[in-house]
Amino acid sequence: MKRCLIVDDSRVIRKVARRILEDMRFEIEEAADGLEALQACRRTMPDAILLDWTMPVMGGIDFLRQLRKEPGGDAPTVVFCTTENDVERIAEALKAGADEYMMKPFDGDILQSKFAEAGLI
Amino acid sequence: MLTETEFTLVAREVKARSGAVLTGEMNGPATMRLQPMARREGFATVSELIAAARIRPDGVLWNGIADHLAHGETRFFRDRALFERLRAEILPDTLARRGHERVRIWSAACASGQEPYSIAMMIEEMRGQGLNPATEILATDMSGRLIEKARSGLYTQFEVQRGLPIRKLIAYFEKAGDLWRISDRLRAAVRFDSFNLLKHPAQFGQFDIILLCHVLGGFDPETRLAIIARIAETMHPEGCILLGAGETLPGGCDGLSCVGGVVTRKTGARRAA
Repeated sequence: MKRCLIVDDSRVIRKVARRILEDMRFEIEEAADGLEALQACRRTMPDAILLDWTMPVMGGIDFLRQLRKEPGGDAPTVVFCTTENDVERIAEALKAGADEYMMKPFDGDILQSKFAEAGLI
Repeated sequence: MLTETEFTLVAREVKARSGAVLTGEMNGPATMRLQPMARREGFATVSELIAAARIRPDGVLWNGIADHLAHGETRFFRDRALFERLRAEILPDTLARRGHERVRIWSAACASGQEPYSIAMMIEEMRGQGLNPATEILATDMSGRLIEKARSGLYTQFEVQRGLPIRKLIAYFEKAGDLWRISDRLRAAVRFDSFNLLKHPAQFGQFDIILLCHVLGGFDPETRLAIIARIAETMHPEGCILLGAGETLPGGCDGLSCVGGVVTRKTGARRAA
C-alpha cells in the first residue's frame, strides 16, 4: 500500500482528502504545516505528498524546496492542492519540483485524475 | 420528475431527433437537465415546457430539448491507453502510409471539444519533436449548444483538471477570468460543425482516423449498426474507427473487425473498398 502525506492547515480539507485517498487504497499521514511535514518526511519518506500552498509556520513552496534537498527527498511525488490558480504560481511550483498541480475546489474525480497524471495510480 | 406520459413523449421525440435512447431511470436526471432550458424559455416547470413543445408546430422546442439531453460527458485525454496508442502507433503509421498527403481525423461526437483538442495537443507535441505531421481535424456533435462551447475554447477550472496534465494546461491555455481559454493555434487546428449521426456523413469526405468513443451505448442496437455502417463508408480503406475503453463492435457489422477498440476493414473488404 502506498503512503500519502496530506499537508494542509485546514482540518476539513485533510479530512476530505483522506477519505478520497483511503478509497484509492493509500495509507494516510497528516501534517498541518510545512515544518510538521518536513519532520514527518525525515522519519519516513512517503510515496506521495498532497501539498497546500499557504500555511502558517512554513508554506508549501518553502517546504517543497527544502524537501528536494533532503536525502531521499527527490523520491516522493508531490501534487500541489491550492487555491492559487495563476499560471505564474503554477510554473513556480513546477520549477520547485512539484509533479502535478490541483486547484481548489476539487472533488474525488479530479484528485484521482491528478494522481493518475502523476503516475501514482 | 415528469409524469410517465410526459417522459414517454420526451423519449420518443429525442429518439426521433438524435437517436438517443432514454430509459425510465433517466427521468430524474433528464428533468434536471431541462430545468435551465425551461427557465430560459419562460416556463415555470419542465412540464410546462413539454406542454408548449407539444403544441408548437415548428418543432423548435423539441429540437432544444434533444440538444439539452445530448450526452455531454467528456474529458481531456479520456481513455489514456487509447491516446497513447494513437500517439505511438496509429498516427505515425497513418502518416507514414499517407506520405505527403494530409491525414484526416474525425471526432464524430465531440461534445464540448475535449477529445479533438486533446488530439490537437498531441499533434502539436509531435511538431515540437521536429516532426511535421500534415493533419486535418474535424469535430462534430449533434448539439449546437455543445459545438458553440467547443468552438469558444473556454473551459471551467473543473473541466481543465479532468484528464489534462498541468504542464499541458500551462502550455496550451491562458486564464480568461474564472475560465481557461485554449490557445488560438489549437482552436485553429480543429474545425467544428454540427452533425447528427442519424444522417449520412458523405458531405465530409473520407477519413483516415475516426473517433467514436463512448457514443454507441446511447443508441438502440439497430441504430448502432446503422451508424457504424454509414461511418465505415467514410473510412479510408486502410483507415480505422476508434471506440472507447471497453467498447466493441455490435454484432452484425459485416466486413469490419475490432481488436482492442480499433475497428478496421477485414482484408477482403479492404480490397473491395
